[in-house]
Amino acid sequence: MITPTPADAAAILALLVLTAYALFGGADFGGGVWDLLASGPRAQGQRSAISRAMGPVWEANHVWLIFLLVLLFTAFPSAFAVVVIGLFLPLHLVLLGVILRGASFVFRAHGAQGGPRAPLQRTFGAAFGAASAVTPILLGAALAAISGGGIRVVGGAVSAPPLASWFTPFAVATGLLTLALSSYLAAAYLTIETQGSLQEDFRRRAIAAGIGLVVLAVLDLPLMARDAPRLFDHLLRPAAAPLLVGGFLLALWSLAAVYRQSYPVARALSALSGIALLWGWGFAQWPYVVYPDLAVSTAAAPRPALLQILYTLPVGALLLVPSLYLLFHVFKGRNPAEGRPPRPRPRPRPAR
Amino acid sequence: MTNLLAARDQMAFTLGFHMIFAAFGVGFPLLMVVSEGLYLRTRQEHYLKLAKAWGQANAVLFGIGAVSGTALSFELGLLWPGFMRFAGSTIGTGFVAEGFAFFVEAIFIGLYLYGWGRLSPLAHWLTGIPIAIAGPASAALIVGVDAWMQHPNGIATLLRDPSAAATGPMLFLNPHWPIMALHATVACYAATAFAIATIYAWGMLKGRRDAVRRAALHLALMLGTAAAIAMPLTGDLSGKAVARYQPVKLAAMESQFTTQKGAPLRIGGWPDTKARTVAGALEIPGGLSWLAYGSAGATVRGLSSVPTSLWPDIPITHVSFQLMVGSGTALVLIALWYWLGVRRRSLGRGLLWALVLSGPLAFLALETGWVVTEVGRQPWIVYGVQRTADAVTPIQGLPVYFLAFVALYALLGTTVVWLLRRVEHGLPLVRVA
Ligand code: HDD
Ligand code: HEM
Ligand code: HEM
Repeated sequence: MITPTPADAAAILALLVLTAYALFGGADFGGGVWDLLASGPRAQGQRSAISRAMGPVWEANHVWLIFLLVLLFTAFPSAFAVVVIGLFLPLHLVLLGVILRGASFVFRAHGAQGGPRAPLQRTFGAAFGAASAVTPILLGAALAAISGGGIRVVGGAVSAPPLASWFTPFAVATGLLTLALSSYLAAAYLTIETQGSLQEDFRRRAIAAGIGLVVLAVLDLPLMARDAPRLFDHLLRPAAAPLLVGGFLLALWSLAAVYRQSYPVARALSALSGIALLWGWGFAQWPYVVYPDLAVSTAAAPRPALLQILYTLPVGALLLVPSLYLLFHVFKGRNPAEGRPPRPRPRPRPAR
Repeated sequence: MTNLLAARDQMAFTLGFHMIFAAFGVGFPLLMVVSEGLYLRTRQEHYLKLAKAWGQANAVLFGIGAVSGTALSFELGLLWPGFMRFAGSTIGTGFVAEGFAFFVEAIFIGLYLYGWGRLSPLAHWLTGIPIAIAGPASAALIVGVDAWMQHPNGIATLLRDPSAAATGPMLFLNPHWPIMALHATVACYAATAFAIATIYAWGMLKGRRDAVRRAALHLALMLGTAAAIAMPLTGDLSGKAVARYQPVKLAAMESQFTTQKGAPLRIGGWPDTKARTVAGALEIPGGLSWLAYGSAGATVRGLSSVPTSLWPDIPITHVSFQLMVGSGTALVLIALWYWLGVRRRSLGRGLLWALVLSGPLAFLALETGWVVTEVGRQPWIVYGVQRTADAVTPIQGLPVYFLAFVALYALLGTTVVWLLRRVEHGLPLVRVA
């Protein structure tokens, strides 16, 4: 048994935070996608179900991203500096997506009046949906660039051709895979928060996204073998391969559960599948932060800084875990559409 | 526009934008919680109406605060990778602690905004309290990062042997931190309180003098008065700290070109950096020496003691400082005038107009205060250690990004103002039946 160094522990922590962001924040992006694609006679019902599910939790889910950034620049400052130079443009686009997504969601939920069909509501809605769809693609592509070897450090300077690192077929396919995973998670979660024909709508969407996820995962492999051969090799490692295969099988199983309408099972399996796939990637990427020039051990901050993060963690968790539990218990504990309808939020309306 | 200038302007612009929402994030929850608490105690409807209306406005403000704050977390790296490589793990200690504060804030804001009707009245009120604590906590923590950039405590160890530098103590035992955090956090309360005063005083000027408005104005001024009076007191502490740690910045704030015994306090005026004179300032002999060092005869270091390449922009620093102090003084006077009006039981039009002005003045002070601090620190990003020019990203074409941000934020800002007006118009309290 190897004892992990503080740097290893910090890297594992970063992967944990990334996982939380993927499962919670990812589902919120997916919610935006389904908002964009809402259709049929119940389009409006779909949109309000999404809004109702996301409203109380999206800000908390979003903080995982901030936490991830902070963790990276605190624990791996030199790798962080390299990534922000190498991915200057895509990260700005991610930022644009994050800003537009959050702002238009808030504008739509809390401000705009005049009913869902009002032109302004629709503009905010379109911005929300489009930003939600594009951002996960960019995030996935950025992840592929970091592990694909597109960002190099040559003689201390970062060398990354403006597009070539994150706009390869492999990176784009990984981006699409991320989008499919987000959409699948969202639809699977939404089946639990809806009923009747709305539930059926989200069931069908989950099946579509699930098939997309499986197809893209299979497609991604040959592209990876071509564009990121080292990563491909490392997928076969004993630590990574079982997780990736397991994640794939869990996705299939979860899809089957959606099909059979065992929604709580499907939700649990979809989350587990996401976890397995991400950790499989993590073990394949190990020991690099930015492949191939920055390893966990060489990019890590000095020991005191690392220890400090690790020591504050239990204290923070003591604050965080009960609060998060409360939040999800109040808003996700029971199907809000079941029995009593959720009371409309008191939004005073003008008597015009 | 050079790349460095574009990066600085982008940082300044996005920080200035975030600051507006951050200030509300500190002050608004307190007022919300107090109002709801008063309702639970007195059962007077108008307190409930206020709590709900303020919660509604808060939802929009908080959302934009969160996304603009996220933008800053990215930009800190995107624009200043050299800084993050050098100092990331040091300032990160503060950010990790702040991350927990953000979490608490975001979680409880969800519970508070969507919890009406789902939680018992008491439980609902209780969910407001962590928000009111986490807001100022995150402000104080982030200011800890800035305080370290102003006065990099423990830097000698960090430069000598990074692996021996305990970053937490460097950041949190920085003597500059409590002073800055106090002044900057109280400023957020002042800004929120007077902004609310502006809105309700405006309504009263339009003839809507109902109980809800009077209660709102009263609550806002209780907080505003306390904060306004605290500003010159805590500002004086800040000034003394600047004199101690950043004498060149103090000289720029006061346009003190030469080293002088018994330096005067200059009020107003426009510095001429070429001629090294100040035109049109009112001078109080010995005033600066007394304020900075407690004795009218003390020596104050002038700008001429360092080469001009180490000068910050003198006119911007000087004028911003004058604007902050001027606004701060005006706020104290306006607050006192209000209480005089309350005693005489008449809120006259002159007073109401002054109250309408108070919100913009408070935000002016908030923004110009930060300009003093940040522009006055130049050309350093970490004072005396790392130059801003050495921290900037090597990527070219930054002016385009800067302009894109200005356009995006202009759009967001306009939408927020427009929506808040609608939120306000939607309230029954606005339409006097
Ligand atoms: C409502 C806002 C507000 C008001 C009324 C004042 N200030 Fe202020 N001031 C700030 C808001 C602010 C600020 C924006 O929050 C700053 C920027 C950095 C900081 O710590 O607080 C600041 C900084 C700041 C600094 C520089 C600190 C540094 O560079 O490290 C000094 C010397 C003062 N203030 C002094 C004063 C004085 C003498 C005031 C007398 C009325 C005053 N301020 C009113
Ligand atoms: C929200 C309140 C703040 C405002 C309005 C503000 C304002 C500014 C301004 C005007 C500049 C440009 C200075 C110049 O280039 O001449 C600047 C630069 C900068 N500020 Fe602040 N600042 C604030 C708080 C902070 C905090 C809390 C931090 C620390 C995390 C920070 C970090 C920086 C950095 C890294 C730069 C760029 C480097 C530099 O110009 O020195 N600022 N800020
Ligand atoms: C002195 C200047 C600052 C103050 C007082 C301040 C304060 C706050 C407050 C109170 C919030 C809560 C959100 C709200 O109510 O709007 C917030 C949000 C945020 N701030 Fe700032 N902030 C400052 C500068 C910065 C800087 C320099 C950064 C990053 C480098 C930053 C990053 C963030 C982030 C990421 C959020 C979102 C947190 C969430 O989602 O809950 N802030 N800030």
